[in-house]
Amino acid sequence: MITFAIGLSIVLLLVILFLLFRIGTLASIFRGSTQRAVGTTKTSNKVNSLLLLLFLIGGGAAFAWSFADSWENMNQPLASVHGAWTDSLFWTTMIVIGIVFVITQILLFWYSYKYQHKDDKRAYYYPHNNKLEIVWTMIPAVVMALLVFAGWKTWANITSAAPADAVVVEVMGKQFSWLVRYPGADGKLGEASVNFIDATNEMGVNFSDPNAMDDFMPREIHVPKGKPVLLKIRSRDVIHSVFLPHFRVKMDAVPGMPTKFWFVPSKTTAEMRTETGNPEFNYEVACTEICGRGHFAMRFILVVDEPEEYEEWLASQTPFIEQNPQLLTKFIHDSKDQVVLEKSAEEVKTEL
Amino acid sequence: MSSTDISLNKDVHHAHDEHDHHHDQNFFEKYIFSQDHKVIAKQFLFAGIFWGFVGGFLSIIFRLQLGWPEATFTFLEPILGNWIVNGKLDPEFYLALVTMHGTIMVFFVLTAGLSGTFSNFLIPLQIGARDMASGFMNMLSFWIFFLASVIMFTSLFIETGPAGGGWTVYPPLSALPQAISGSAMGMTLWLVSMALFIVSQLLGGVNYITTVINLRTKGMSMTKLPLTIWSFFLTAILGLLSFPVLFSAALLLIFDRSFGTSFYLSDIYIAGEALAHTGGSAILFQHLFWFLGHPEVYIVILPTFGIVSEVIATNSRKPIFGYRAMIGSMLGISLLSFVVWAHHMFVTGMNPFLGSVFMFLTLIIAVPSAVKVFNWIATLWRGNIRFTTAMMFAIAFVSLFISGGLTGIILGNSALDIQLHDTYFVIAHFHLVMGAAAFFGMFCGIYHWFPKMFGRMMDEKLGFIHFWLTFLSAYLVFMPMHYIGIAGFPRRYYSWTGFDAFNTFTDLNSFISIAAILGFTAQLIFLFNFIYSIFKGRRATANPWHSNTLEWTTPVNPGHGNWPGEIPTVYRWPYDYSKPGAAEDYIPQNVPFSQTQSSNLPYERDLE
Repeated sequence: MITFAIGLSIVLLLVILFLLFRIGTLASIFRGSTQRAVGTTKTSNKVNSLLLLLFLIGGGAAFAWSFADSWENMNQPLASVHGAWTDSLFWTTMIVIGIVFVITQILLFWYSYKYQHKDDKRAYYYPHNNKLEIVWTMIPAVVMALLVFAGWKTWANITSAAPADAVVVEVMGKQFSWLVRYPGADGKLGEASVNFIDATNEMGVNFSDPNAMDDFMPREIHVPKGKPVLLKIRSRDVIHSVFLPHFRVKMDAVPGMPTKFWFVPSKTTAEMRTETGNPEFNYEVACTEICGRGHFAMRFILVVDEPEEYEEWLASQTPFIEQNPQLLTKFIHDSKDQVVLEKSAEEVKTEL
Repeated sequence: MSSTDISLNKDVHHAHDEHDHHHDQNFFEKYIFSQDHKVIAKQFLFAGIFWGFVGGFLSIIFRLQLGWPEATFTFLEPILGNWIVNGKLDPEFYLALVTMHGTIMVFFVLTAGLSGTFSNFLIPLQIGARDMASGFMNMLSFWIFFLASVIMFTSLFIETGPAGGGWTVYPPLSALPQAISGSAMGMTLWLVSMALFIVSQLLGGVNYITTVINLRTKGMSMTKLPLTIWSFFLTAILGLLSFPVLFSAALLLIFDRSFGTSFYLSDIYIAGEALAHTGGSAILFQHLFWFLGHPEVYIVILPTFGIVSEVIATNSRKPIFGYRAMIGSMLGISLLSFVVWAHHMFVTGMNPFLGSVFMFLTLIIAVPSAVKVFNWIATLWRGNIRFTTAMMFAIAFVSLFISGGLTGIILGNSALDIQLHDTYFVIAHFHLVMGAAAFFGMFCGIYHWFPKMFGRMMDEKLGFIHFWLTFLSAYLVFMPMHYIGIAGFPRRYYSWTGFDAFNTFTDLNSFISIAAILGFTAQLIFLFNFIYSIFKGRRATANPWHSNTLEWTTPVNPGHGNWPGEIPTVYRWPYDYSKPGAAEDYIPQNVPFSQTQSSNLPYERDLE
């Protein structure tokens, strides 16, 4: 019954609107405004040009207000060294484009308002002005050149080779979670391959490789403050993307093509908790490449410790294979040949 | 004038070269399998409008989810069936919605609907030709597109759902049905539909290029062409060079999916087993895809550059400022659009040096784009502006193009793209610059050329209401998305509430959704106005906007062959508006200089 009533009132509303439309049309015929060339009637020109001006003013005010209002939420707390560079480059560029934005929008709407049609007026025949055009081609070209150079410098710094003493963390994406591996005391990650993956050995580590024996796989990422951290990123099924919003870090995890990203954390989790006034604050890892049903739920925690705390945490970890010794049986009988084979493949790769 | 006469009707009297001769066409020849460019243009337009509503409706469903992530939408159950359980959208269906929204809007509306309509309609009319170079190929182009549409539409209704890997369909997600159910039958249909779509685009594109080069009327040199024709011409060239690359990318993906090859697949463990695929590169697909994908965004926006330039000049009653610079900037943009594709891939693990090169090339595009904006504004300056609905859309187009284009300078910078890649900042950027702006250009074209298409005027008042609601909602939807994007909210998320970092902006997201619904509803006004005016609109005059280009020299309802008598000869460029000394404030292109001695410029005296 209620749906029927709603339906009926919508129909009635549409009928009324239609009638209003017809009345408006007829009225304009009586007024004779249909006899004039379209776009030269006084009221419609006045109304539209005034609305354009109002749009400029009202829209500009609404934009300014909402921008200021969202400022707090917009700026994710910053916790990496290179993030400070990109943030400042971002806001510098924003100011540059903001100036252009304001000038061009004002001119666009102001001219539209100012030069609205008048019966006794004629437009100014002005097909081109080469000097003017050269000037306004050169200005954006110079501005772009400056922005390109600033971008190049920052980009080159960020993507430069990681320092040799960087803390190495391997991050692997899978549907729909992250897996993490540390190289352990020897500082070397053991080999891995999709062929070794099973329910326990989810990262496919080859435990016949001696380097793998001390690798451990914690439930959250821990990194020390102020030290370079190198993320070695891979995926085992579809493309994912490691996103650390507070560190301004993003890099795709691609099956079959390991990627990397290094950064220097600049604030510990504890410091950030004090700064934001939120005792629950945690650094998070998110996925930013569409990967299926659970794409929006690939959350992982990253903790930044003081270097001493980090060492303590490191010492408290036990190698994965010690926790799951039964895995070794799988590798014992075929280990020798396998290792030789994989090694030679590795050598060929480096030669290439 | 078609030189080959391939006709469905075996009637021997049917001769295309004699257009004065009035022959009877049956209903199918005239309206369904028509070879008349004007009818084909309308077919593309109707199809484009249909797809526009489908694509828009899909976005409203996922905006409901994003605006009110905690709510239950039981009222959607009757139309969504198993895709909604207890009022909760299925997350995979959500991904299918965004995928199909993107595919439909980019390809079916803003490529086929836009170029298909206006290139077909305006090229012969504005260059002074009887029809396209090959009317038959033109007809094939539409009907193959129609077939592609039917297949894509069907995929919305199959049990495993339509393609769900994003409109960019990156493998391995799009290659493996184990990864997402949309990659089963839905993806197959997507690929088949897109392959047909590309065939249709190529048939159309070859035709546009040939027609512009060969069939211009006497006196219509390339430097007397309206900017619309230049833009359609360059668009067709872009399509012709880039769509085949997407075709090959799609073909290899079909091989990987169905025939066990490993072009894109390597080292994959999924659904409890390691796959045998090895040696492929997932990044290869992205290179191939974006080699089309980037020119594609210019395929979407270039025609609207032309349309808007034409409408702004006509309604400002002024010559377009810097005609040659406008052509030059379009040439520059077209050329550059082929060498910037990898700016979509800064964080894929691509060599950082490549990133530097593509950043440089990308930011260069800002220069010709800026020139275009300055020229449009300079055209308005000291004009005598008539606010027709088309003109309103043209002015709003420039505004949206500035707003969306400027943030491209940020995203094209690889260092800044690290944080912003795949966030709502990107969504805001491209929706403004190639979504909303292209739609505004398309509306601008529809309102402007409606009288020539249907012989009647669209209602201006309804047009203004439609315009203001659309303009307002376009900004209300996409401006706030920048804030959400700067905060790093990732795109294609079913819900952000699981993250502490993205647990803000819930009110703003509801606000965006409300604005989106408002914008979508406003399109119903357009639909009513459009359909009503076809049948009941005020009758148009032959040249209602007092415009200079050749299409307005045809009768109110041009028949097959466009001009009843001889094709007019062209003497002047199309922008002689408000020329000092002339009686009227416009001089059509077919008026010889000998008739306008009072207004001729010194160098034009020799041409008298």
